[in-house]
Amino acid sequence: MTIADQVTGSTIAGTAGAKPAEAKPVAAKSRAPAITLPAIGERELRLDLFRGLALWLIFIDHLPPNLLTWFTIRNYGFSDATEIFIFISGYTAAFVYGRAMLESSFVIATARILRRVWQIYVAHVFLFTIFLAEISYVATSFENPLYTEEMGIMDFLKQPDVTIVQALLLRFRPVNMDVLPLYIVLMLALPLILWSMKWRPDVTLALSALLYAATWEFDLYFSAYPNGFWAFNPLAWQLLFVFGAWCALGGARRMSRILASPVTMWISIAYLVAAFYVTLTWYVPQLGHLMPKPLEQWMYPIDKTDLDVLRFTHFLALAALTVRFLPREWPGLKSPWLRPLILCGQHSLEIFCLGVFLAFAGHFILAEVAGGPAMHALISLSGILVMWGVAWVISWYKQVADKSGTKTKAAAGNADLAGGG
Amino acid sequence: MKAKVLLSLILLCAGLVAPSARAGEAVPAAPAACELPSYLLTTESQLHKVAETVKAGKPLEILVIGSRSTTIPSSEDSSYPARMQAILKDKLPPAETVHVSVEIQSKKTAEEAAGTFVKLMEAKTPTLVIWQTGTVDAIRAIDPDDFRGAVTEGVAALQNAGADVVLMNLQYSPRTETMISAPPYLDNMRVVAQEHDVPLFDRFAMMRQWNDQGQFDLFSPSRGPELAKQVHDCIGRALAQFVIDAAHLGPAQQQN
Repeated sequence: MTIADQVTGSTIAGTAGAKPAEAKPVAAKSRAPAITLPAIGERELRLDLFRGLALWLIFIDHLPPNLLTWFTIRNYGFSDATEIFIFISGYTAAFVYGRAMLESSFVIATARILRRVWQIYVAHVFLFTIFLAEISYVATSFENPLYTEEMGIMDFLKQPDVTIVQALLLRFRPVNMDVLPLYIVLMLALPLILWSMKWRPDVTLALSALLYAATWEFDLYFSAYPNGFWAFNPLAWQLLFVFGAWCALGGARRMSRILASPVTMWISIAYLVAAFYVTLTWYVPQLGHLMPKPLEQWMYPIDKTDLDVLRFTHFLALAALTVRFLPREWPGLKSPWLRPLILCGQHSLEIFCLGVFLAFAGHFILAEVAGGPAMHALISLSGILVMWGVAWVISWYKQVADKSGTKTKAAAGNADLAGGG
Repeated sequence: MKAKVLLSLILLCAGLVAPSARAGEAVPAAPAACELPSYLLTTESQLHKVAETVKAGKPLEILVIGSRSTTIPSSEDSSYPARMQAILKDKLPPAETVHVSVEIQSKKTAEEAAGTFVKLMEAKTPTLVIWQTGTVDAIRAIDPDDFRGAVTEGVAALQNAGADVVLMNLQYSPRTETMISAPPYLDNMRVVAQEHDVPLFDRFAMMRQWNDQGQFDLFSPSRGPELAKQVHDCIGRALAQFVIDAAHLGPAQQQN
């Protein structure tokens, strides 16, 4: 499911036992014309950790606001868990399929990527089915006269034929179901990205930034059904994904001097503090008048759909500080306390879907059984426990139950699952 | 006297218990349920024309442009425009005539509604327009940029017609939170309000506050109109208070 599975499972990489002591991309063993891959067999636990964290935060953010919501990073700055998720997905996908691209061929890598895309697509359709069940239930059971207008959202149930086909085409996407379609489109573009990266990584990144700029300049978007647009515009969000891929394929190593410089650190800290202050004014409106009006007018709205530059830079600042203060050899990464997060991060597609489902279920319980802060906190916590438990079971399947098959088969299966998912 | 003290004690206890209990069983009937933090009821933007009209003792014509959530089906008199009129009449000097009319733009997006404003303002010449919008746009997932453009145009049209404007945002609807994405529309209304120095009546935050504090159980699937009536009463009160504050109608213009 993740880097290590992939790498150890892939045909060239039999060195499962390699120690993860080597510095991340610095210790590049395999060299390609333009890009370098990190050493074989090492597992970047930090990626798993933060992806796991992103999955937990996405789950909490999908629940109605409650006590735990205050622990999610979106309350402390511009960016949120989605940025982490997409960046790490780009990183791991490039890591896994970049190797296939270099060592097998373009066709093989593309074939594997497409299989991965299919899995994500099926996961999306599965979530849509659950959503349909939920919304149909609400439509038939909820008749509060206060909300007759909001019930207009049920209108699409009058045309299930059209709606379902549009959902299969990824054009009809209910709230909270935006990340997987974005992911599917990004993964579909991955062969092209990798092929271009193999040629010139920096040019690829520049092209990606150009597309991002063009998206803003010419207001490009993906249309949705019945109208509107994709809530996460892939044309803008690709920047983060490509940047992740670029880092995985040697960019991070080449940036290591910039990342280590104190100037970068202080700029990052200053930016994060400023962002925190701005966010504070949203929650403490009394502070609002301390914000200069011209700044407000320039800054707002901070657009999530098109990955606002403020969000992107906020993520960069967070990442820069993380890389600096959380070295890859940090012993805490092996501590049992972080194990649940890492486990979840290692099976991200399954855990992501589970998180969306649990958020639906949590809403349902809050609405049907009982509300209140205590119940709310309980639902959040048990959701996280369920995510952990399922991640553990999946690991168990991978490590124990599936071992009975032929080794090559299991390895190939893992390899394909790995792609950043 | 004793009975009164006892009663208020019981009510107080009920109020304290309400947040933890499943609301709906304990919806306080008294307007105490309408309590809100003061920042939700105040604004930096001003309603100059309302202030002039009231100070000159001229009749105050208010037009509420809304949608289906402006009214309660088959209980028009309990809807928030009617409640606001009653409270304003109560709070402003007795000589002041206040008239609130309602224009329902059912199932219209902000853009579609804004298209009707020029004609609408020719027909009626209100001093103050309270424009409640956003829900239909959120349901139909209109591009937030387009939505912002439409709200901007609408506000400009209303202002050009010589009226003060108050923007009112969406209802807080926890039951449909997983289906309707309100935040982009809330944010954009806030932006337009800021840019045009128009007071924004934050209905969403108020209703969420009531729900979180346990005054109202907005999850309730009840078909009866009681909850809707109480919520509208509170919104009407808050709106009246908000207008008085934004027009800087001091004690001289107020009854109490």
